[in-house]
Amino acid sequence: MKLSDEEQAMRRGEFGPLRQWAIEHQIKVGNYLGAADFVPVTQAHIMADTESLGRAGVEWLESWTRLPREARQVRIPTITDPRGTDFAQAQKLKQQSWMLDLERRAIAAFEAFGVLMTDTCINYQTIMPPVRGEHVAYGDTGVVIYSNSVCGARSNFEGGPSALSAGLTGRTPRYGYHLDGQRRATLVVELSAKPCELSDWGALGGIVGRLAGDYSQVPALVGVEHVPGPDELKHFGAAMASFGSVALFHIAGVTPEAMQFADLLSQGSTLPRRAIGEADFRAFQARYARDIGAVDLVVFSAPQLSLMEMRTLAGLLDGRSAEIPLFAVTSPQVKPDCDRLGLTARIEAAGGTVLSGMCFYQSYAREMAEANGWHRLATNSAKLVNIIGGYGYRPVLLSMEQCIEAACAGGKLAARTQS
Amino acid sequence: MSGKIFYAAAGMGRKVRAKALVASDGFSARYDLDRVRGVFSRPEHKLAGQTYHGRVLVLDAAKGGVATAWMLHEMRARGVMPVALVLNRVNPIMVQGAALADFTMISGFDCDITKAIADGAEVEVDPSGEPPFIRLV
Repeated sequence: MKLSDEEQAMRRGEFGPLRQWAIEHQIKVGNYLGAADFVPVTQAHIMADTESLGRAGVEWLESWTRLPREARQVRIPTITDPRGTDFAQAQKLKQQSWMLDLERRAIAAFEAFGVLMTDTCINYQTIMPPVRGEHVAYGDTGVVIYSNSVCGARSNFEGGPSALSAGLTGRTPRYGYHLDGQRRATLVVELSAKPCELSDWGALGGIVGRLAGDYSQVPALVGVEHVPGPDELKHFGAAMASFGSVALFHIAGVTPEAMQFADLLSQGSTLPRRAIGEADFRAFQARYARDIGAVDLVVFSAPQLSLMEMRTLAGLLDGRSAEIPLFAVTSPQVKPDCDRLGLTARIEAAGGTVLSGMCFYQSYAREMAEANGWHRLATNSAKLVNIIGGYGYRPVLLSMEQCIEAACAGGKLAARTQS
Repeated sequence: MSGKIFYAAAGMGRKVRAKALVASDGFSARYDLDRVRGVFSRPEHKLAGQTYHGRVLVLDAAKGGVATAWMLHEMRARGVMPVALVLNRVNPIMVQGAALADFTMISGFDCDITKAIADGAEVEVDPSGEPPFIRLV
């Protein structure tokens, strides 16, 4: 990689050993992925729950906090993805004290770097959405795909070590979605069905993600009848990234780099085309409902819920009573508004629990299942159903309304949701 | 077939040798593994229930979320991990994770590497080769 004078100085250790490690890490990654040089970035977003970090990762972070302050401070605004707990509700979740201790240590380490503990995967809805053409270094695949596709920003998937590196150096290797040539569509998806619920948008994202299949693919949708809202695009993108490792999509006439269908194509190119219809949606949903007649809990999470989703949830729960655990997970930015506007109280009056600053699958999901006897889980998040099976759960994908029906029926699933 | 070499587009880490665990499926440390027991735990995965510790994993593509970037490091610290990853296609997360953990990985072949290497075959992976390669031994 071609390095500037400042980058060479970082590499020589003139900005301290942490920045030296950071730029070496970035060079190693950049060389593997064919980056010619670095690109300055304006924001970084770090995924670093302690279930992923483990003790080794936390100790590694702590080892750098002993440096002088100027040698360990991030250079650009750097924020965090959800943590592994909501300290206020940890007892209810039956999380163990060692988990909370590890979380506290990780938080202290990140704060020593000057990282802002925003603990959210919906920063594009709540903190500072990036603008078209802005180069950023975001973690959380859902954040990246939304920022790239809906905002027109430029980011690759930056895992925790790389996002931290970007925060410390103020730059990232220029490969992948920082480059114009990588942002063109590679696959056209013709949609003949009409997604209605957020779970439908998630299912569509999952189907497209599977079709696309890897990080280099950029699907372009045609046939979307109405302009999807931010929450619909949030579920769509998060599921696509989860199922397919996809980091950028276009929707003709909707997303900023695809206002004209011709914008999607490289000159003279012919792209493969795939069709998605109603039967594909039903097949996707059925895959996660086999032989499940009842569930043990309902979870709304992944991504964290927006204020509007919390409002819808509160409305659907009014006058109802959940007979099994029902969790609604939102961000620390949205939660105070929910409290102030009475949404938290309405959800809790119906037996639900509002969790803040965490994400269900990033919060020791396997240990929570064992401690609480949870096995079968209903959610409206296609991303969550894709992930949570690996933690020993049997998930079912339902609409928000169907999830609430199940919760209020003691977990029993209505016949129409079993197929 | 012994001695046959398959060259990769990129590699990092150290030269290793072990038995291959092969499937035409993706890889994500978070989605697919029970990292405490060292087995593939996602029921839909083609290697569900199989132990990955000490094996060269030969799989199709990197999948899923960003957690693998930390998890490879954590797996190395606990000593329950594959010895190398060999993938048709990577995503940046896998590269970032391998870089942090000093983990052996090669990727990018002119054939489907999951079809070229038999499950259980003894293989050598040399990421420092020019180009990097996996060899049947």
